[in-house]
Amino acid sequence: MNDKKTLIEVSHLSKHFADGKIKALDDINTEIKQGEVVVVIGPSGSGKSTFLRCLNLLEVPTSGHIYFEGVDITDKKNNINVHRQKMGMVFQHFNLFPHMTILKNMTIAPMKLLKKSQQEAEEQAMALLKRVGLEDRANAYPSQLSGGQKQRVAIVRALCMDPEVMLFDEPTSALDPEMVGEVLEVMKQLASENMTMVVVTHEMGFAREVASRVMFMADGVQIEEGTPAEIFDHPKSERLKSFLAKVL
Amino acid sequence: MTLEEWFASWQTRLYVNFIKDDRWRYLTDGLWVTLKLTFFAVLLGIAIGMVISIIRSTKDKNGDEMRWGIWKGLLYIADFFARVYLTVIRGTPVVVQLMIMYYIIMVSSTNKVLVAVLAFGINSGAYVAEIFRSGIMSIDNGQFEAGRSLGFNYVQTMRYIIIPQAFKNVLPTLANEFIVLLKETSVAGYVALQDLTKGGDIIRSRTYDAFPSLIAVALIYLVMVMFFTKLVNKLERRLRSSER
Ligand SMILES: Nc1ncnc2c1ncn2[C@@H]1O[C@H](COP(=O)(O)OP(=O)(O)OP(=O)(O)O)[C@@H](O)[C@H]1O
Ligand SMILES: [Mg+2]
Repeated sequence: MNDKKTLIEVSHLSKHFADGKIKALDDINTEIKQGEVVVVIGPSGSGKSTFLRCLNLLEVPTSGHIYFEGVDITDKKNNINVHRQKMGMVFQHFNLFPHMTILKNMTIAPMKLLKKSQQEAEEQAMALLKRVGLEDRANAYPSQLSGGQKQRVAIVRALCMDPEVMLFDEPTSALDPEMVGEVLEVMKQLASENMTMVVVTHEMGFAREVASRVMFMADGVQIEEGTPAEIFDHPKSERLKSFLAKVL
Repeated sequence: MTLEEWFASWQTRLYVNFIKDDRWRYLTDGLWVTLKLTFFAVLLGIAIGMVISIIRSTKDKNGDEMRWGIWKGLLYIADFFARVYLTVIRGTPVVVQLMIMYYIIMVSSTNKVLVAVLAFGINSGAYVAEIFRSGIMSIDNGQFEAGRSLGFNYVQTMRYIIIPQAFKNVLPTLANEFIVLLKETSVAGYVALQDLTKGGDIIRSRTYDAFPSLIAVALIYLVMVMFFTKLVNKLERRLRSSER
């Protein structure tokens, strides 16, 4: 693991809301290496989403630094839009563009931002759709898809930008139970292809099976961090023990 | 009065009011002016409304998070003028605005239609701006975040993702604005522009017979409004059935 390149370095990251009354994140420090799958767990309101959204600056940190490929993206001199192109994000509520077909959803960013030709972008999109078994829905609109299908499209839409890292914020929380599996399957496949991933989820089974590292947060503080075995089988802190007792 | 006499008297009235001296042309020429005026005023209103609404919602959305600098300064100044514009236009009657445009701002212009298009377009822009703004604000923030997370900058996100959806959402309301304006332009006669209403009024003043000409004018407006309302309803139904 040590020979792997550090992709994201988080240093003394804090995020406050409501003029400092809410400390959503309090001095978070971590490193995410290439090919790692980091799963973030913790009770509701513990700051998991805020942490993830800070990584691509959808949430602007109150203090601290985030280095992506060695560049301090919290420094306003750096153009965040360029870095975001390499950080795919998948949302709980999919956020597909309802006025575009699935294919258009997937090709618009590569065409406008990476200046790919329409043919090139569509070929790539179709290949990705095929991988998630949705090539026959290319010309459908998002409203015509089931939740599980929407989320699979959202994942491949992000992949169309050839990202270095994928950020997932509870990608299966808005799904009917029978659709959770198909989305987790795509994520497992991605992990097996060595995609770097940061995943906020309540799916402890997924965390245990796929994570290279699990991070446990509570009240904006990073309480424990370790391999799935360390976190799930040998929790040290009382907070984690009581959390696991509730969710497992 | 027998039924025959009644028919005969109406025949004369209709003849005097509409056929004699080609008086019907006051109505058709007037209608043409009204349609032209409304059409171009709506276009101008949409253009103004779009610019104003983008300024306003940009300031509302990320004015606070922007760094102080030239762009933020410009945005705040633009937003200030946008708000002054909205307050003044929505706070004064359109007839007064029309007369100010005609007698004060554009005194040297001889093109009355242009003057009226400007006055009504600028007026309509204020209402269209608020229609657009509510359209932009009604788009789920997740759409905005999805766009930004792909690497689109603010302007690109607005252009490719937010505005097309917002525009589609407000299209029926926008079409209604056209119908409202169609009726509002009836005050164009205040600056001696011969629109439909003025045309009817001229006939009335020639024949000293108010009923036929004014009722005809009213009927023409009514038919047009009913026609366009039907179109808008159709459009609304089609928009609702597609996609969502
Ligand atoms: N935009 C915001 N304005 C104010 N407070 C916020 C905002 N976003 C998050 N918070 C607060 O910050 C804290 C952390 O929120 P966050 O959404 O990161 O938690 P979470 O761990 O993702 O929770 P969940 O499991 O419910 O998604 C919460 O107390 C929340 O109320
Ligand atoms: Mg969350």
